[in-house]
Amino acid sequence: MKEKEILDSLKKIVSPYVQRKEGLENFNEKTDFIKDLEVNSANLVDVILDVEDEFDIEIDNDSMSGMLTVGDAKNIIERKLASA
Amino acid sequence: MKKRVVITGMGVVAPNAIGLANFEDAIRKGKSGIRFEEELERLKFSCQIAGKPQVSEEKIAEYFTPLQLRGLNSSGIVYGVIAGTDAWRDAGLKIEETEQPDWDSGIIFGTGILGVDKFREAIHLIDAGKTRRLGSTSVMQTMASGISAYLGGILGCGNQVTTNSSACTTGTEALLMGFERIASGKAKRMLVGSCSDHGPYVWGGFDAMRILPSKYNEKPAEASRPMSSSAAGFVPGSGAGALMLEDYETAQARGAKIYCEVLGGATNSGGQRGGGSMTAANSEAVIKCIKDAIQFSGISAEEIDVINGHLTATTRDALEIENWKKALKNDDFPYINSLKGMTGHCLAASGSIECVASVLQIAKKFIFGNTNCEDLNPEISALISEEKVPRKTLEKPVNILVKASFGFGDVNAVAIFKKI
Repeated sequence: MKEKEILDSLKKIVSPYVQRKEGLENFNEKTDFIKDLEVNSANLVDVILDVEDEFDIEIDNDSMSGMLTVGDAKNIIERKLASA
Repeated sequence: MKKRVVITGMGVVAPNAIGLANFEDAIRKGKSGIRFEEELERLKFSCQIAGKPQVSEEKIAEYFTPLQLRGLNSSGIVYGVIAGTDAWRDAGLKIEETEQPDWDSGIIFGTGILGVDKFREAIHLIDAGKTRRLGSTSVMQTMASGISAYLGGILGCGNQVTTNSSACTTGTEALLMGFERIASGKAKRMLVGSCSDHGPYVWGGFDAMRILPSKYNEKPAEASRPMSSSAAGFVPGSGAGALMLEDYETAQARGAKIYCEVLGGATNSGGQRGGGSMTAANSEAVIKCIKDAIQFSGISAEEIDVINGHLTATTRDALEIENWKKALKNDDFPYINSLKGMTGHCLAASGSIECVASVLQIAKKFIFGNTNCEDLNPEISALISEEKVPRKTLEKPVNILVKASFGFGDVNAVAIFKKI
């Protein structure tokens, strides 16, 4: 899967949880889920579940704790898809 | 100094109507909210009828954000948020998007058990070893205080925000708890009320106890028969009621409309002694609760125009009337009615839905008629005059109304409302 496709999917997945909509306008690998998008920290677990469903992968707790930015998420997804 | 407490807003989600205007119309006409439930038939319930508010998806979308709606599966929260938000708006209060909470406003919103369907979802996932698939909302949808927490967040309340639970007494008790907080000067405004989930997992236990009617599955509207000689058990219901209590001076200062005054009331328990048990009331405690409420409110029994009883449509209705008679010791017994003929017994929500119905009677000058009570129980007609149990709605001014709720666990609450 191409990087852009992953980023587009991530943007779509995270949108309903975003409280700071301006953050979405400049959505890139550096975008921080909590700082830039103001996703409620409890909702981050919902984002993970949606990512799992979308890409048919499983994200373990260790990977999840390192998922602070969109880039982190993209890397984890790429890694999981490669090893699948 | 003790503050006077008034009601400045109300909201209701009842099986027979949603919203104050519809609800007033429904109770004036004796409209039933009891329906046949296919799900209960499929699950082989003896009682396959129930009172479930008819809330549309569009209505829900007016009160919840798309994010809040994701994975929302708690009917009690849906009913409670609609009723509570309506009461707040009806009181003319705004929902402010400020950083600062409103320190003067609090919430006491009770429930029996919350988010049962959500809890079932969670149990299935956990048993299948998929706990992490629960997502983030199962805790707030199933914790008892989920309803007050939801409302607290929507309305930005910064005073006490809590949840009480005392079975069928819950809603009336919440009102009295809010009353006390305002009367003692600790809050200017308290949103009080209660909600109850719908569905087989809430109602099943009552069906198993065989205290629900099983012979009315084909004629649901006739099934809930408070004070009738053919009363065959209570019909389970659900929903929510909410009332905005406010310090009288504060309400006056902001020019709020006032429905009536809350004079006060009493709560107690029969201690499951002296004929009381987990499921039956100790009559001495009921009588004491009524007497204490009257004494606290500084009125005399003769001044009471209407009683809105607990009266669930079981064989024990006659005993409740007998207790009222002993407590009031009044030759001229007041009018008495029960909302449960139309809504069934909305369990934890019943007290608050019935408080809303009670206040409407004062504010709109009527006494709603008892439905399904053509055949008044002879044990009741032996105690009080038949005309005190109106079968049709009476257009009459009501000055003082007493509302009672008696619950499992042998707990009682009696509140007294007065026209202002």
